[in-house]
Amino acid sequence: MEPLKTVEGRAYPLGVKNVDTDMIIPAKWLKTISRVGMGKGAFEAMREVSGNVFDDPEYQGSPVLIAGDNFGCGSSREHAAWALNDMGIKVVIAPSFSDIFSGNAFKNGILTVVLPQEAVDRLMEVAKTDPIHVDLETQTVTTPFQDRFRFELDPFRKACLLGGLDEIGLTLERTGGIDRFEQRRDAEQPWIKPVLA
Amino acid sequence: MTQARTLYEKIWDAHVVETREDGTCLLYIDRHLVHEVTSPQAFEGLRMAGRKVRRPDLTLAVPDHNLPTTARVDGEGHRLPIKDPEGAQQLAALEKNAPEFGIKYIGATDKEQGIVHVVGPEQGFTLPGTTLVCGDSHTAAHGALGALAFGIGTSEVEHVLATQTLQLKPSKTMEIRVEGQLGPGVTPKDVILHVIGVIGTAGGTGHVIEYRGNVFEEMSVEGRLTVSNMSIEGGARAGLFAPDEKTFAYVKGRPMAPKGADWEAAVAYWKTLKTDEGATFDRSVVIDAAGIVPTVTWGTSPEDVVPITGTVPAPESFADATKRAAAEKALEYMGLSAGQRMQDIEVQHIFIGSCTNSRIEDLRAAAAVVKGHKVDPRIRQALIVPGSGLVKLQAEAEGLDKIFLDAGFEWREPGCSMCLGMNPDKVPAGERCASTSNRNFMGRQGPGSRTHLVSPAMAAAAAITGHLTDIRTMAGEMA
Repeated sequence: MEPLKTVEGRAYPLGVKNVDTDMIIPAKWLKTISRVGMGKGAFEAMREVSGNVFDDPEYQGSPVLIAGDNFGCGSSREHAAWALNDMGIKVVIAPSFSDIFSGNAFKNGILTVVLPQEAVDRLMEVAKTDPIHVDLETQTVTTPFQDRFRFELDPFRKACLLGGLDEIGLTLERTGGIDRFEQRRDAEQPWIKPVLA
Repeated sequence: MTQARTLYEKIWDAHVVETREDGTCLLYIDRHLVHEVTSPQAFEGLRMAGRKVRRPDLTLAVPDHNLPTTARVDGEGHRLPIKDPEGAQQLAALEKNAPEFGIKYIGATDKEQGIVHVVGPEQGFTLPGTTLVCGDSHTAAHGALGALAFGIGTSEVEHVLATQTLQLKPSKTMEIRVEGQLGPGVTPKDVILHVIGVIGTAGGTGHVIEYRGNVFEEMSVEGRLTVSNMSIEGGARAGLFAPDEKTFAYVKGRPMAPKGADWEAAVAYWKTLKTDEGATFDRSVVIDAAGIVPTVTWGTSPEDVVPITGTVPAPESFADATKRAAAEKALEYMGLSAGQRMQDIEVQHIFIGSCTNSRIEDLRAAAAVVKGHKVDPRIRQALIVPGSGLVKLQAEAEGLDKIFLDAGFEWREPGCSMCLGMNPDKVPAGERCASTSNRNFMGRQGPGSRTHLVSPAMAAAAAITGHLTDIRTMAGEMA
């Protein structure tokens, strides 16, 4: 995973609430066995509407997306995060995110920034004309107009994003503990193993 | 004395391998269900890193999402190919990956094949008190049996395959208590649609919901599966029901469930799995059962619910500005206008199926309404898609297939089907479907499709009348 430290650039001012994973990447794009190439299908239905932010030359290639409440609700498809990655989006800013989506985003090196609605409204305004700056180290979003919004971030996620760390590799270092847990459990609750013919 | 704990906290605590300073836990996973759509990249990741599956014996693979629901073998029993090359490639990947990594695989033509969330409980793979995950958000369904079950993304699928654990922080707890007497025609589907209407699609975000109160206690295990299944539609990653005698009776004797002395030990443990007296929830929602009526959705979010006796709401009726804008968009997409009576809305498609409503009780409820009637000629397609091959065989043994076929329904092979538009079963653009599935998102059942979420009985009623229908007006038709 690529380390993520700062992101500077324009932002898609989407602002819509309840952007579900079917909107981010419709089901027909899920029939792949690869993690790349899904940017083409991202926000497909929204892009059919003329004047949409994704096809506006003003915002082409923006690394930031600003959305409304409950971004990424719906299915667990990680394809939603892969599609955003494929579009070059590194940061999504919204008042709230679905739990599964924010986990998937993080595991693909995408930062989800939770800010109050007023801050999101302000960034939406700025995004129409100017770039915004996201700094992971200081956990802030800033604009050229002296706006400065601090966001909360889980310390573990922060360390993983900053270092580009592989979570599976980190867990495999804990194998001894997992072994001990299994031994104790198999002794105490032998019924827990499924009867697989 | 130990501190009073909720059911969720008990299951969570029993699975913590290690806790980090920041509160993140390494949580042990007892059961992993794998399907064809969210697993190929995970297996590929393992292969690239030279990693093995840690516990293939705790893993079960079943294809469901993109399988066509038409015949899978020809007259001579030969397997028919999947026409869509990408779907075929995903299925082929699972067929190759499962044996390569030593995972038990239920194949597309096996009689046990079905939707993962139907197969897990049916096979006794899902057990109370276990942690169960799958790369699918409707994994929440398994909470009906008292399993802590939740959907995960593909990176987490890979993580569980490699380590049999997940790195997680505990969720907040939420109790949804429905008390009192449900009215006639009100099914578990109506209850959960009503609940989502009350809490909203983000109402449960960050929480695990425990369903409590007499209505849920009296509900059958299959009804509980319908309710818990849609926890994710209320934003909660998992739902839970305390296991009780109904749960034990449901699990007992299933192929993968414990037997003999193991069974006795398991039940003794499961009986301890209930929220302690005095335990507190971070959030509590109490709903009067008498206030729930047969419920339908009007918009493009599962929180867009209204009683079947109601009308399409006016966007101006929402105080919140973003909700108002969303409602305007939803009405435009759905081709509806404010004030229209829900019962006047004509539908062209009927879908009875999905991990929410494709079990035998669902098919019985639909058949009870359909019996002796014909599908309205204005309906273009009416599908019955059993949740598994075993549900299909059971229904056929009861003669339900004949009732549906006589009425003009199609009787299909098990799979996710028209729930999500990634197999040949789709609702065409601009057409409307009364669907027993779980999501009415824009384009969910196919590009431009319009979905109204309903119970199996209400879907069956709409098939007969050609429009959304209050099941209570079809007196004597209710199961």
